[in-house]
Amino acid sequence: MMMPGRGDWRGPPIPAQLAFRVTVLGGVALVMFAVIFLRLWYLEVLSGDKYLAQAQNNQVREFTVQAPRGEILDRQGRPLVQNRTALELQLKTTELPHSRERRARLFERVGELAGMSPKQIRRQIRVQTKELPASPVTLKRDVAFDTVYYIRENQRRFPGVSVERVYVRRYPQDSLAAHLLGYVREISPDELEDPRYESLEQGDFVGKQGVEYTYDSLLRGVNGASRVQVDASGTPTGRSLDVREPRTGNDLVLSIDTAVQEAGESAIGRFGLPGGFVAMNVNTGELLGMGSTPTYDPSVFAQPVVTPATYEQIFGDPKDPLSTLAAPAVNRASQGVYPTGSTFKPITAVAALDAGNLTPARTIVDGGSVEYGGVQFSNAGDVAHGSVDLQRALQVSSDVFFYIMGAETNVQEGDGGAIQEWARALGLGAPTGLDVGGEGTGRVPTPEERNEAFQQNTDPDGPGGEEVDVAKGELTDRPWSIGDNINLAVGQGDLQADPLQMAVAYAAIANGGTVVRPHVGLRIEDPQGRAIQEIDPAPRREVEIDPIWQQTIMAGLHDAAMAPGGTSYPIFGGYPVEIAGKTGTAERPPYGDQSWYVAVAPYDDPKYVVAVTVEEGGFGADAAAPATLEILNQLLGVNEGKIGDVSAEVAVVE
Amino acid sequence: MEAFPRPRPFEQPRASLISRAGFGNLDPILLLAGIGVIGFSIYTLGVATQEDVPGDPYYYAVRQSIYAVIGIALMLAIARVDYSRFRELRVGIYTAMIASICLVFVFAEATRGTRAWIELPFFTFQPSELGKVLLVVSLAAFALDTARRSSEVRRTVRLLALGFFPAALVLLQPDLGTALVYGAVTLAIMFLVGVRWTHFAIMGATAASLVAVVLVIAPALGVPVLKDYQEDRLTAFLHPSNDPADSSYQINQSLIAVGSGGKTGRGDDATQTSKGFLPERHTDFIFAVVGERFGFVGAAFLLSLYALLIWRALRILTLSKNFFGSLIAGGIAAMLMFHMIVNVGMNIGVMPITGIPLPLMSSGGSSVIATFLALGLLQSIYVQAQLTSKRGLTRNA
Repeated sequence: MMMPGRGDWRGPPIPAQLAFRVTVLGGVALVMFAVIFLRLWYLEVLSGDKYLAQAQNNQVREFTVQAPRGEILDRQGRPLVQNRTALELQLKTTELPHSRERRARLFERVGELAGMSPKQIRRQIRVQTKELPASPVTLKRDVAFDTVYYIRENQRRFPGVSVERVYVRRYPQDSLAAHLLGYVREISPDELEDPRYESLEQGDFVGKQGVEYTYDSLLRGVNGASRVQVDASGTPTGRSLDVREPRTGNDLVLSIDTAVQEAGESAIGRFGLPGGFVAMNVNTGELLGMGSTPTYDPSVFAQPVVTPATYEQIFGDPKDPLSTLAAPAVNRASQGVYPTGSTFKPITAVAALDAGNLTPARTIVDGGSVEYGGVQFSNAGDVAHGSVDLQRALQVSSDVFFYIMGAETNVQEGDGGAIQEWARALGLGAPTGLDVGGEGTGRVPTPEERNEAFQQNTDPDGPGGEEVDVAKGELTDRPWSIGDNINLAVGQGDLQADPLQMAVAYAAIANGGTVVRPHVGLRIEDPQGRAIQEIDPAPRREVEIDPIWQQTIMAGLHDAAMAPGGTSYPIFGGYPVEIAGKTGTAERPPYGDQSWYVAVAPYDDPKYVVAVTVEEGGFGADAAAPATLEILNQLLGVNEGKIGDVSAEVAVVE
Repeated sequence: MEAFPRPRPFEQPRASLISRAGFGNLDPILLLAGIGVIGFSIYTLGVATQEDVPGDPYYYAVRQSIYAVIGIALMLAIARVDYSRFRELRVGIYTAMIASICLVFVFAEATRGTRAWIELPFFTFQPSELGKVLLVVSLAAFALDTARRSSEVRRTVRLLALGFFPAALVLLQPDLGTALVYGAVTLAIMFLVGVRWTHFAIMGATAASLVAVVLVIAPALGVPVLKDYQEDRLTAFLHPSNDPADSSYQINQSLIAVGSGGKTGRGDDATQTSKGFLPERHTDFIFAVVGERFGFVGAAFLLSLYALLIWRALRILTLSKNFFGSLIAGGIAAMLMFHMIVNVGMNIGVMPITGIPLPLMSSGGSSVIATFLALGLLQSIYVQAQLTSKRGLTRNA
């Protein structure tokens, strides 16, 4: 007890109760230590590898590097669609704070940077996540550089907020060729399911319409990625671990000639009426121009948000079919289907010649009208053209001549007779296969279709009734009669075609029987400008047109434009290049007359076909023919040419 | 009940004896364990927080060293004083503790929503840290008072009131973690002084219903008792998230940090605790730093040092020359245990995040100095017990 050594002394004995309670306290400590040791053993020794992987994963973040999309150029290499880079202030909704208060404070801070109120930010989040739930919300485009640095330096205070560099479509020619080009938007959840977009991810951009859609996979490019070491706030701390460079998309060269396109759009735009035009190479199907009025500015789709009001303005009210048909988004050159009026007559001519009802030499006395089944069919203004052969009938646009052809080739049932057969063979009643997409089908009226529709409508158990289906036109009022074929022969009645289909049909007649597949894509070039693919689709079919028939029809069309007495002589008489052309004035109740013109030039060696239609434009020679003249001027390099005296429409339908 | 006579003044050892005792009379294991932990802390801070303060890689290590020097000096000073004197100063000590805690309500800057610090010229002082030690000493004294005079129920109620009053004040700062330490210390002293099991049972039942009221019933009635972030922290366990400001994010990141350390640690390759994934890594989450950098080996070494500290505290409890010393030692043992278990527990995901430091490891002057004071008290009890024993005096003499 009294030894000075250390550790060999003892305290006084302690009471039993205290001893017991100290033991309890020590026991608790022991149990706690055991728990902690076991837990630590489990975490570090047993699960160490799992957590190590998590830790390494934690510090690496993969950033997608957006690939610039290819440019779209016209045939001379003039840019129609380019890219520009923009800095976008984005909000990743999945990384926002959970707590209501912190979120509100974050919105206030971000709002200051973006010049928005928290309310506006919430609204943007609502609007944009409705469309694309998983994508970041773009608050502002084209933010200043100091904002970028400010956010990077204070990333901790801005969870989920970032500034991203994005490529945005730019249209140096404004609305030029808007209908052809289409537009680009972020990929939608539905499209992500589509095998067409297999390799794409949420947030990528794809073409939604036009050539942007058709050639999307070529234009798109391949996104790059860089794996970067980051700290907790997502700020890169060191080197990139590995980088995959983005691959720029290929350029698309169109067959469009900007000058022709401009001339066409300005020519049909002059009337302030809806209309469309096509300028096409008769041999290859390359489109040099194709346009429609009214048009729209495609750059609205390059904005982060397109409001429902803007959509409605461009696409029409989806609940109102009539407004979608009249919307600016409709390409009247390939989607607007109308009766064609007298421009259909060459097709009737080929059919009648082929059916044996007509020879180039056959003459018919046109007394101004003809009667079938008690119905009087008259020339416009009841003009009598006297004795006419095919060439003369085309020149003066004799309706009686073609009424008789229609009557003689009528077949009462099935798919109809020679006219229907030839109209279909030359490309009417079906999409032409244009690489812009969204084409209208049109209609070549047949007895079968009308009889069926009529039967359905009069069937007491059927859904029909008095109402007329807008999409079906007025097919349901009566069964097929000879009058239907007579009307068809002059491009009236139930016939529906668009300018592109008419251009293809005229091209086939002009080139001797090749039904081309029209296209606007000409060539794919890699980003260095080397051609990697020529776009040269094979013709859809060859039809047999006897050279004599072809020459007679072309001569008639030539006379219609160039010879005195021709229907468009007032426009084209004395034009420095010999052309062939046909007016058309189609009745399209309840609207005003549809003005048509289809021209082939030069006459001797046909190269181009131009088809123009103007809704409610009146006589073919009033609106469509002068517009065609302007387009031909540009195509053929003619600086003169008469525009003016259009009062003398010589022949009109019915 | 009279087994522990109140020490009389003449029983105190004379000054000459104390000075002759020197450091040789200190408990060497306790001393080395304490110095071991603070050394480990300085080393860890030195290697792990180099990028925290731009331009000053050893900011935290240097500060921690300064606190360590001050703390050790105070510890040695206290070790030479006979703790038994403090029993007479109990009212003063208790009052000083309450006053200093109240002071923060007047002067303190709110840091992270908590008013717990007082800005001094060179040092931010956190009275509630020192208050823990003061509470242990004064409550041990009060426990003996009441032990003699009143009924057991009254003693229980008085001790509860004395212990929970400062706890409530700290809770108002609001600092839930420290308040819980006060509560734990109070209960430990009551336990050791001999409060009946039935009283503990009643307190347990009351506490359970209180928790129910605070967490469930009161919020349901629209009278929230806990601040949002406190409730978040207590319940965050169960729903992990990626928001760096969320409590469950901290738990997640802390688990990844500790787990990724593996058997021997990642050393300078550590990323979790060096790239900012884990907030508060130099204070509340320093154990995760140890776990990641030094692995199971390092963490186990640190835990062993704490085990030594607690073992020595309990040992000194049994050696003490009087009941007062036993109660102080018990209170300190409980304080160290509670800190260690709750802090390490939250670092390894078995305890909710309450924001209390790991004694002598977490960077922070108030905590380091208060802990060394506590160790000084233990040394004092040890020295006094040894001296008494060597003079042949026993408890029962």
